[in-house]
Parts: sequence; C-alpha cells; structure tokens
Amino acid sequence: MNSERSIVGKNFRKVDGVKLVTGRPAFTDDIHLPGLLIGKILPSPRAHARIKSIDVSKAKALPGVHAVLTYQDVPRVPHTTAGQAWPEPSPKDTYLLDSKVRFVGDRVAAVAAESRAIAEEALRLIEVEYEDLPPVLEIEQAMAPGAPVIHDEPDSTDIHDASRNVAGYIFKEIGSVERGFREADHIFEREFRTQRQQHCSIEPHVTISWLDPDNRLVIRSSTQVPYHARRQVAQILQIPLQRVHVVKPRIGGGFGGKQEMLLEDICGALALATRRPVKIEYAREEEFTMARSRHPQILRMKMGVKRDGTIVASQLTVLATTGAYGSHATTVQGNTGSKVLPLYRVPNMRFECHIVYTNAPVAGAFRGYGCPQGFFAQESLVDEIAHELKMDPIEFRRKNMIRLGDLDELSAELGEGRRGLPRRIRSCGLPECLEQGAAAIDWERRRKAGPASNGHLRRGVGVACSMQGSGIAGIDWASALIKLNEDGSFHLLAGASDVGAGADTVLAQIAAETLGVSFDKITVTSGDTDFTPFDVGAYASSTTIISGGAVKKTAEKVREQIVKLASKMLEVPPEDLICRDNRVVAKSECGKSVTIADLAMHATYREKLQIIDSASHFNTDSPPPFCAQFADAEVDTETGEIRVLHLVTAVDCGVPINPRQAEGQVEGAVAQSLGYGFTEEMVLDGNGRMINPSFLDYKILSAKDMPKLTTILVETEEPLGPYGAKSIGEVAINTAAPAVLNAVFNAIGVRFRKLPVRPEDVLRALGAKGDA
Amino acid sequence: MNTIEIGVKINGESKRWTIAPGDLLLDVLRREGYYGVKRGCESGECGACTVLLDGKAINSCVMFAAQADGCELLTIEGLAQGDTLDPLQEAFLERGAVQCGYCTPGMILNARAFLAHQPNPTEDEVRDLLAGNLCRCTGYVKPVEAVLAAAEACRRNAKERER
Repeated sequence: MNSERSIVGKNFRKVDGVKLVTGRPAFTDDIHLPGLLIGKILPSPRAHARIKSIDVSKAKALPGVHAVLTYQDVPRVPHTTAGQAWPEPSPKDTYLLDSKVRFVGDRVAAVAAESRAIAEEALRLIEVEYEDLPPVLEIEQAMAPGAPVIHDEPDSTDIHDASRNVAGYIFKEIGSVERGFREADHIFEREFRTQRQQHCSIEPHVTISWLDPDNRLVIRSSTQVPYHARRQVAQILQIPLQRVHVVKPRIGGGFGGKQEMLLEDICGALALATRRPVKIEYAREEEFTMARSRHPQILRMKMGVKRDGTIVASQLTVLATTGAYGSHATTVQGNTGSKVLPLYRVPNMRFECHIVYTNAPVAGAFRGYGCPQGFFAQESLVDEIAHELKMDPIEFRRKNMIRLGDLDELSAELGEGRRGLPRRIRSCGLPECLEQGAAAIDWERRRKAGPASNGHLRRGVGVACSMQGSGIAGIDWASALIKLNEDGSFHLLAGASDVGAGADTVLAQIAAETLGVSFDKITVTSGDTDFTPFDVGAYASSTTIISGGAVKKTAEKVREQIVKLASKMLEVPPEDLICRDNRVVAKSECGKSVTIADLAMHATYREKLQIIDSASHFNTDSPPPFCAQFADAEVDTETGEIRVLHLVTAVDCGVPINPRQAEGQVEGAVAQSLGYGFTEEMVLDGNGRMINPSFLDYKILSAKDMPKLTTILVETEEPLGPYGAKSIGEVAINTAAPAVLNAVFNAIGVRFRKLPVRPEDVLRALGAKGDA
Repeated sequence: MNTIEIGVKINGESKRWTIAPGDLLLDVLRREGYYGVKRGCESGECGACTVLLDGKAINSCVMFAAQADGCELLTIEGLAQGDTLDPLQEAFLERGAVQCGYCTPGMILNARAFLAHQPNPTEDEVRDLLAGNLCRCTGYVKPVEAVLAAAEACRRNAKERER
C-alpha cells in the first residue's frame, strides 16, 4: 500500500529548515520594533503572603519607566493559564495580578521601561509590605486539618474543595477492585514518588505585544496555543476577541511548557498601558521559577494477580500537587489513570486521585501529561510481579496487555475533565514492538545468562511499555485552508502550531500526497489567528492526526475542484481523472492530461476562479501509539553510578508520515525521559524557593551523557489517522526510568521507587543490602 | 552614559559599533541584527549564543562586546556562501538534526571551529564537543550523525580540490 505513496513515508527535509540552519530571523524575539519597551515582572520572594501595601511611586518616577502595574490597576478576572479548549476543565484560580502571592516567583507587579536595566532598577524601587502567611510546602500537609488555605479568595471557581487545598479530585472504577482482589492469588502494593521536572526549552518564554495601526493588540509569542491564548487574553484584559491578533513564529521548543497563556496577558496589559511595543522575555532563572513544571506525585499502586500471571485487579491511588495554581491539574492527573491502567486488560480497575495546592512553583502540561509518573509506577510494579511469579517480564506483559479490537472503558470514565469517549483499539503494534525491541537488545540470551558481573560492575537488561493518545477524543479539532496559485503551487494555511517538532513539514507532506503534487509545491503558513483557520494547538499528541486529518480533507476538496475544471478542459469525465506528478491525467488510454500549472493559469485568467477550500476535522476516538523500551544498564557498585549502555525504543506510531522526523521525536523524548529518571529535579528549600534554577545545577543531559539509542518504528495502519498515522510526540517519554530501573534490578537486585535515582541512592541501597 | 566605539570584522564585513562598556557581546550582536545568535541562559551553560571569535567558538553571553574590539567574528549568518550552504548546514538538514532549530546555530558554529582543527573526528570526540550545546529536542543522535557526515563531506571536498 505504501509503495503507492510518493510523499507520505518519505524523509523530506523540514520546510522551515533552511532558515533555521542559516540563522535567519524566525523566532519571536528576532524582530526589531522601534520604541520597544522591556517588560519585567516582580516575582514574589515569599511563598505565601498577602500584600499589605505596595508603593510604586519611586519606580514610576524613575526616568525611562513607562508603566508600573499592580493588582490595583488591572481587571480582576478569575481564569486558568492552561491553554485548553473552552470551557477549560482547569480551576479558574488565577488573576492577572493579585493582592495575595502563593509561591516564590508569583507575580507581584509588572513594569515597562526603556531598557532591561531600567526595568530591573524599577523593580527594586517597588516597596512591598507583606503579611506572611504560613506556607504549605509538603504535599502530604496540604489536606491536613488546619492547614493554611491557599485559595481563600471568594471569586475563584471550579476548585474541588478550596478549604482543604484540593484543586481537583478523581475517582473512577470499572468492575469491582474489591472483588478482583478477593479473586487474586497474590496481591502486590507499592508506593512510588516522582519529582518536579521542568521543560527547559532552550528558548525561554518570550512575548512581544503592540497596538497595530488599527488599534488592535498584536501578540507575538512563543506559544503552542495561539487560538486559546487569543481567547484568554481577550477575556482577561476585557477587550473584544476581535481586537486580538496572536502570531506564533518559529518556537524554540515547547514540550507543553508553552501550552500555557503565561506572558501574553501581562505583556498585552503593558502594551495597552503604554501604547508602546513591549517585550517580556524570561531569563533562565525566571523560566525555572516562574514558568511551569511536571506535577510531582505520590503513587500507590496495587495489583492482584492469579497464579498463572493474569492480572485481575489494578488500583492506582495518587496524591499529586499542582503547586500554587491548578493549571492542567485535573486533566494531567486524569491521564495518569486513563492512559496508564488500560495498558493491561484488567476487568477491575480503580483510579483515585487528589490534586492539592501547595505554595510551590506551578505545575502544568508537560510532554507525557501525567503518564511518565503513572508508567514509572505501573511498569516497575509489573516487573516486580513478573519476577515474583518467576515469569519473564515480556511474557507477563504479553499475557495481560491490551490488544487489537479491545474496548478501553476506563478512558471513557476519565475524559478531559468530564466523561469522555471509550477507546477502541483499531491498530496495535505492541507485540511487534516487544519482539523487535527484544531482538535488538538480545533479550533471550541476556536474561538466560543472568546479570553480568565484572569486578565492581553489574550489568542487566530491563523492559517497560507504554501507550499514549492521539489527540483528545471529541474535543481536539483543527481546520485548514488550501488555495491554488496561478503557477500550480499551493498555499496551505493551517491553524496548527509547529513548535519545532516538524508539524509544518508533515502537514505539507499530507497536502502534497493528497493533491498529487511534488512536496516543493506547498507553501505553509501556520499558527496566526488573523490568517490561518482555527486549531486547538500543539498538544495531546494531536497535530499529525487531527490537524493532519484536516489538511487531508481540505486537500481532497481542493483536488475535487481541480479535477472538475480539468474535466471541462480535457473533456474527460471527472471519474476518469487522477492527480499525480503535478498533472491531472486521464486514466484511460486517451493519454490526455494537463499540468496543474496550466490548469491554474486557466482557472485564474480564463475562468476567473480561485480554487480554494477549507475543512474541519475531529475524531471521536484517540488511537494510542504504543512503545516498548529496552535498557541495557550497568551499575558501578563502588560509585553507585548507573550507566545506561543502550536504550532500544520500539514505537508503533501507525504510518510515520516522515520517518526521520518521527525518529527524532522518539530520541528527544528518550533524552528527557532519562533526565527525569536520573538527573533532573527542581529542588525547593524550606521556604519554597528553588535552589537550583540554572543549567549548572539542574542537569539536563548533554550529548556526552546520552547512551547509545536505537529507535525502531513498527508500522501499523490506523484507520482514524491520515494515511494510517497515529501520534509520536509523547509516547517515548514514559518509560526510560522504569526500563532502566528494571535493568538495574536485574543487575543488582534492588528496586528504586523514588525519582530521580542518583548515585548516592544506589550506594545507600547497596549499603542497606550489604553489598557495598 | 559613557559609550565607546569598537571595530570588528564580522562575517567578512568591517563594522564600527558604539557600545556601552558593560554591554555583552550577545546583546550587541542581536541589537545589530545578528538574530541567529540565540539567548538561552546568559551564563555560558547552554551554548545557544555561540559565535566564532578569531576562529574560536565562544559563548557571546559571557563576554563583553568591548573584548571583541579588533577581532574577527563569524555568526551563523555568515557561514553559507550565498545560497550554497556549508556542509554542516547541509548535513543538519539532511540528517534531520534540526527540530526547533534554536540550538542549531550554536551547534553548527561550534562544530565548524572544531572541524577546522580535527577534520576526522570520532563519535566520542563529537559528543565531547557538542556537550557544550544543550539541546532539548533531538536527544543528540542526529546532530552527532550530522557532524560526522559533514566532516566526511569536508574531507571529500578537500580531496577533490587537491585533484
């Protein structure tokens, strides 16, 4: 089937590649605006306090300062910063500026000045008197009786129980876990802990805002969600949506951190106040302390199994913290249940989760969206159960894992903040992922031989599996518009937001394939709310399948118009015509054909007809991509160092539209996943202040730290995806920690249940075991 | 405010810039329109602001512009010869080593300086080299491949020139 395709499945170069490798101005901050002011935000030095008084007179008097805003100057509109479809399922617990601060780094005031130096000086001149409130820093303290209430304001909405600091609560069950545990021969229960991880896109958040000549507010921003940002900014600043124009240029990495309306509102407010262009750009330290992070969780997982290895009950109980505000609180944690538990076809499943506020940096969307936490727990526990039952971990998984044709009911229970839609498995390459991954790591031989020992080095292999989704079923939708130019080229206008992952390229490939033209005939414009049609944005692994689906539909409609005109020109019935190789060709022997270029010229100047069309697309299901990851790891029993020697990641993403880009998605996700497992942690001191807000102290992996990676794309054909595609952006981020830690167990017989695992943890554990 | 004037040769062109003594090279370069020089951490940790100063890769975020007086600078904008890309740029495109592209100029310039002295590097040497350029998108597999492929292309070109 694929052999018939000339564009899909081929490794085209990125459509935006040349400008990126030549350093042409393409990113948000790569423009020169005369009169540009620099905006800065005064971060709260306190974790929890009321602003008793705030005096900005000295700051305002400083020459070069054009505006100083506090909560007294701006509208008070409860909202969420989560860039989600309306109505957002996150609590509306955030204000443009407020009289209370809830974490170190919270907004106190904002200034706009002629230069960064003046803006920074102005911040120092703002005099704030705080009334300190006792902070809630430990996740387990948040719900305790008498705990300080973080959101005691009366006007916030959609908080589950503000008086107990509970932002959200989830309880869902299918079957009966009580019955399941009664039927089980063995019950296993373990507790796991995960930390606060940050996205660390190399481009920090940056927004530039100005009033255009029509007095409309332009917001040029590093965002994954231009349309949501437009809606939210209009709401928060209380101006008509019509007056807001959001532009998404090239983005220097997002990973969920930019699925957030983070700077657009305050930058817009400063532009309105000064009537000058204003830029706010986070410095790296601000990015760490004032942007978003991955929700830390305490997970208690309990599984009941029969003697033969059949899982009969699975229960996951989670306590998570969203930090000071509830951005993505319920939806991220909902995913920890809905995308994790159904990997195994267990008749009785229960997921319960409290998401609590703490006076800590705000969590939000982060690639994987709740799954890395859940799969760490589940894949660690499953490995332990297989070991106790003396079963091969692969065999145990094969026995229990979800398969083609299954209907996953739990995902219906755990929808996006409301009841969702059940998930039918219409394509599943997980068995092949396991098979090919095992072969690549030499599983059979290595497991049979047992852990290898060389002096103080112990070496083992481990495996972990995961799945994700492809867009949010019934909610995510996208549209596209294609027009034919008179030279036979096409403009593709897509609302989709390429944040660096290559969406524009994939969408151009889908358009070219459908239109029967070469790849270079497609010019892509994307992510501009004035010029491109609606798209929810780049998140939830939705772009290829949802935005791609919209592009395919649009291209089909345009192709129909082309064929109709060609039929008239060639006097051949439309059903006898096909588009290929930049021509419309008669299938019959007459051999008649017309080039798209000639047809376009004819349409434009003879027919006086613009060939143009658009289409919208959504799915009522979210087909999961699958992943099996294998680790070969070595433990140095003298230093405690875990050295990953080889990571094999086998992924079923349906038909990869651009295999090389798909591999790149896997490799990048694996690097973040390894960091999550072993090096990355935002460390807070006893006052809620992050003590390691730099790349020197918060360790993301470098080229030198990475193990050998092997990526295997297992192709399946997904009926709901354009040309059989599913998603690839997230699924590979879920499993490096459990895969490596299962290999570590294989090597040294020790389990680790708290991330990140550092050499000192390994040494301590070995000491406790008496091996070191 | 005190200002001083410095002279540099940048991407082959002689320029004179009026700067404040404390201005960082990164800020001056971006102010002068060399937007390919990226701001990532402002503390010499991520390598996104890498430029070549007299052929040597430096982090322009931790260097005063005044220190560049009289020096020769190369930014990513000056690497291609017209429309002909440098073999490193070609290799980064061909190998899929560019995702968001924010760290790419730094990686390419760092590699450019390195390959001038070590035309035949091992994979380990390339990994050592790129350890100075943090990337959050690629997992480094394809950038490392790209540098190795570009090195090979450069060697091939050099051989052809000898003939």
